[in-house]
Amino acid sequence: MIDWREHLIIGPIILPMVVAAAMLLFDERRRILKSAMALAAMAAILAMALVLLHDSATGAVGGGDTARVYQLGAWAAPYGIVLVADRLSTLMVALTSVLGACSLIFAIARWDRAGPRFHALFLLLVMGVNGAFLTGDLFNLFVFFEVMLAASYGLVLHGSGDARIRAGLTYIAINLTASLMFLIGVSLIYGVTGTLNMADLVERVRQMPANDVGLLHTGAAILGVAFLVKCAMWPLGFWLTQTYSAASAPVASVFAILSKVGVYVIIRMSLLLFGAEAGVSAGFGQTWLFIGGLVTLLFGTAGVISSRHLPRAAGFAVMVSSGTVLSVLGLGGVSALGGAIYYLVGSTLACSMLFLLAEILERGREPDAGGARAVFDDEYHDPFEDDERNEPGRLIPAAVAMLGGAFLACTLMVAGLPPLAGFIGKLAMIQALIGEGRLSDWVVVACLSLSSLGALIGLTRLGVSAIWARPDDAPALVVGTAELAAITGLLGACILLAVFGESAMVFAQHTADWLARPDAYVSATLGAGR
Amino acid sequence: MMELVLALAIGVLAASGVWLLLRPRTFQVIMGLSLLSYSVNVFIFAMGRLRSGAPPVLRAGVEDPAAYADPVPQALVLTAIVISFALTALFLVVILASRGITGSDHVDGREPGA
Repeated sequence: MIDWREHLIIGPIILPMVVAAAMLLFDERRRILKSAMALAAMAAILAMALVLLHDSATGAVGGGDTARVYQLGAWAAPYGIVLVADRLSTLMVALTSVLGACSLIFAIARWDRAGPRFHALFLLLVMGVNGAFLTGDLFNLFVFFEVMLAASYGLVLHGSGDARIRAGLTYIAINLTASLMFLIGVSLIYGVTGTLNMADLVERVRQMPANDVGLLHTGAAILGVAFLVKCAMWPLGFWLTQTYSAASAPVASVFAILSKVGVYVIIRMSLLLFGAEAGVSAGFGQTWLFIGGLVTLLFGTAGVISSRHLPRAAGFAVMVSSGTVLSVLGLGGVSALGGAIYYLVGSTLACSMLFLLAEILERGREPDAGGARAVFDDEYHDPFEDDERNEPGRLIPAAVAMLGGAFLACTLMVAGLPPLAGFIGKLAMIQALIGEGRLSDWVVVACLSLSSLGALIGLTRLGVSAIWARPDDAPALVVGTAELAAITGLLGACILLAVFGESAMVFAQHTADWLARPDAYVSATLGAGR
Repeated sequence: MMELVLALAIGVLAASGVWLLLRPRTFQVIMGLSLLSYSVNVFIFAMGRLRSGAPPVLRAGVEDPAAYADPVPQALVLTAIVISFALTALFLVVILASRGITGSDHVDGREPGA
């Protein structure tokens, strides 16, 4: 009898896949059934993700200072396919489920009627993201990445309309090209090392003969570019704001995690393969991450200040968050990385919430709304044509106050001001960087402070004009109960992150320590079958 | 000789693909993506080293691993072909939708100068 908890690792991948497939058997008109299935699946995924996170935080069931390995088909690691659940991957899976659950609740209030097969695509996206976080080898990373991207192509077009199709065209073209670079990188690495398993790669990179190192670095750099496109590092990320601001709100909100998949892979690969013990390859690419991250941070900040619409500002906030983590990773300090991981969680929650709030605040003001035309007659149902259904649910009198409060919290999170989690993360990073005290550390500290100021100015200005100084001709603020519940969920997660700040920070610090010791990862993954 | 021909083929496919990808019409973009994916597929295949006449599947009686071709890149390339084919089809639908909605086959959704 095998412990059920061992099989839990594959749950967040299998469950959304099965439910999404089952959902396709039902007609589009059975929306309530589909919503219920999607919600139940998301709730189960959230529960599984929290159990996994709890296990890796407390060290139960082989968690803690090791990684739990799930061997598919019981084939041992370098030959078989493995899923690896360690601190970082379970943290990211938990973050995905929280974002996914809240975005889904938000969508069920209204947006899921804007096009066909929303729930199935949504669950497939969650499956791809979870798979990308949990997988232990490069080629499965590619497969899960493609599952995630294919679902995201469908979701970005959800609701149709000029802006979405135009943005979708760019988005798909760029990501298809990035996927091809991913393949080139993976096959180059395979050609040099003869393995695709991440743990096996660690050893082979260390023992790499000198004349192959160039080829390995080329492969790793091409692979890195594919992920840096995803996390929107400066010269590669111009597609992001256009796409995210054109996508419907619940989609943009869950897309906040997609750029973090890029950040996650960069963190994992650079610390595993190019950590301190990697010989000639040690620290490969760090300078590029540092410079690119810093420019992304500044570019995103400038974007937040100059945006005239909230969804665009939210898109730039995603770039600020990626840029911060990348530049801190580029510096290579372990304690600063702990702060960056904590910041990553908080800022992703905040960006996601910002997309949801933006839709409520700008509702009825987008020129595109209601003007969407059908492409395929049988596929398309205009969400705004049916008045009775257009009601976003029961209206709440204190909506303005609630929205104002939530927006304020968002601003504080993104800008990193007390008392919320954004501040704790930024403080931890800055403290660790000042402790290091090199010139590059001070540059990052200066840029982080600058970005706080910029985000504060930009978001406050947009918020004041959208909530408190609303122009008279703007439509009244309406918000449904489900929408409010989704926002409250994200807000609650932000507050919990701050209230339990100490234990969360200890966890993040342990994660960074764990990432700095690739040997432990290797022995956990490869040792499991021996 | 085989190496040279293969390298040239990959190079020409990739170069034409990149050039077409940067062109302004959606049809050129999708042709460019297809050519690029062909070149990448052949490249993956080449990463398993060039061998002719070596089977990737074990046969009874032949135990020397050097007698076989590396099966991993062949499995990878199969997956990559399926995925890129499916996504090209999806992209084609989006391009058709864009053409239908904007009335233009320019990648920006409008004719330059219009």
